[in-house]
Amino acid sequence: MSILEYNGGAVVAMLGKNCVAVASDLRYGIKNTTVGCQMRKAYPIHQKCLLGMAGLATDVQTFLEKMKFRVNMYKLREDRDIKPSSFGNMVSSALYENRFGPMFLEPVIAGLEGDDNTPFISSTDLIGAQCFTDNFVVVGTASEALYGMCESLWKPEMEPEDLFEVISQCLMASVDRDCNSGWGGIVYILTPDKLITKELKGRQD
Amino acid sequence: MSNLNEENYEEERGGFVFDNVTRNMFMETKGYQAPIAMKTGTTIAGVIFKGGVVLGADTRATNGPIVADKNCSKIHFIAPNVYCCGAGTAADTENSTALISSKLALHRYSTGRQTRVVTAMTLLKRMLFKYQGHVSAALVLGGVDLDGSHLYTIYPHGSTDKLPFVTMGSGSLAAMAIFEERFKDDMSEEEAKSLVHAGISAGIFNDLGSGSNVDLCVIRKDSVEYLRGYDQPNERNYRTSYVIPRGTTATLSSTEEVLSKQLIINELDDRMEVAP
Repeated sequence: MSILEYNGGAVVAMLGKNCVAVASDLRYGIKNTTVGCQMRKAYPIHQKCLLGMAGLATDVQTFLEKMKFRVNMYKLREDRDIKPSSFGNMVSSALYENRFGPMFLEPVIAGLEGDDNTPFISSTDLIGAQCFTDNFVVVGTASEALYGMCESLWKPEMEPEDLFEVISQCLMASVDRDCNSGWGGIVYILTPDKLITKELKGRQD
Repeated sequence: MSNLNEENYEEERGGFVFDNVTRNMFMETKGYQAPIAMKTGTTIAGVIFKGGVVLGADTRATNGPIVADKNCSKIHFIAPNVYCCGAGTAADTENSTALISSKLALHRYSTGRQTRVVTAMTLLKRMLFKYQGHVSAALVLGGVDLDGSHLYTIYPHGSTDKLPFVTMGSGSLAAMAIFEERFKDDMSEEEAKSLVHAGISAGIFNDLGSGSNVDLCVIRKDSVEYLRGYDQPNERNYRTSYVIPRGTTATLSSTEEVLSKQLIINELDDRMEVAP
């Protein structure tokens, strides 16, 4: 078993028309034992940027605190919020620092940047190799199923309401085919003027 | 990241951190194998022609048998007159080319001269040799400087070759088969582009680790042409548009946080002038 599968979890981010969405499951497990079912795996970095992470929970929590620290230092120095793309570079270089003793997590970054709120998503592997796309990124134990679902359901230029339906259906269908993630889900939809958070009703098995 | 705290934040020096190495090795002894990083199972190639160099690459990145990125960019900027194709572990090729690129930029500021391809090659091979192959970047470096056109391959352990036509990555055999058959000295730019295109295509179609599109980069004496998506032979053409009616997904709760209107401060464009 890979250490990335120890706690389980699935995260997906998608691009819409002037909006982005991040969805994750809620399971927290230790191998095949489910320990908790309230664990959100996406975290707001600031008003217009979200960080989703899947992998070993201890590393996810440590890394989140370290990124919060770096973002706070950035804000103090620059007196502005970090751009999601710059935050992506920050995450990538923090992970590559640990090239020879990696943190076992895979992040996704989603946000709106600039005056015109250009949507941005990216993901990296566990040592910080960035992957930019204009459609969707997936990480976690259900990633193979998520790739399949997203390749079929995603389409360009979706409005926030449609993006919610697509990302939710992708997540729910994928985690149902993965033992290590599930137990409901959470979806964040970020539009230029609001952040919508929806809890999904999912299977509890 | 270990030395990162409030006191010495400003003094961060960079470099690798080995904090997790012991823990990770211990976990491996307990049966949790280390995960694999994203690789660019790749076809990259380069050819020298009469007036310069043509570099080429496919655009597939893989994570085991999964295609992690269908359109990634494998031709990296090194200097205005030097570019570099990367194969191997994606993070390593990305970061080693970026590191050497920034070192060369500083070198140009201090000398005021154009970067030579051999300088870029030497910096890369010294860095890779220092890490004894653990930084697994296999590179094709090409460029034009005052001494003419140069094309190198750099292996992960730090050895180098200087040749008129080169290939690298898992698709290197497929591409080299084409090059050995069709390469001539002193080709025209169009001939060179079509040769590299054919070589990369051979990799895309015959090597499973390579796929998607052909990227080219033509470096001439006084100009560079980066042709991202030069050929796209694998476009998706089977999309059915599923429509999920709004309200399909059952939700337990929904909250809205209205974002505060904030003053947006534009970034100033305060880039330094770069010496040619």
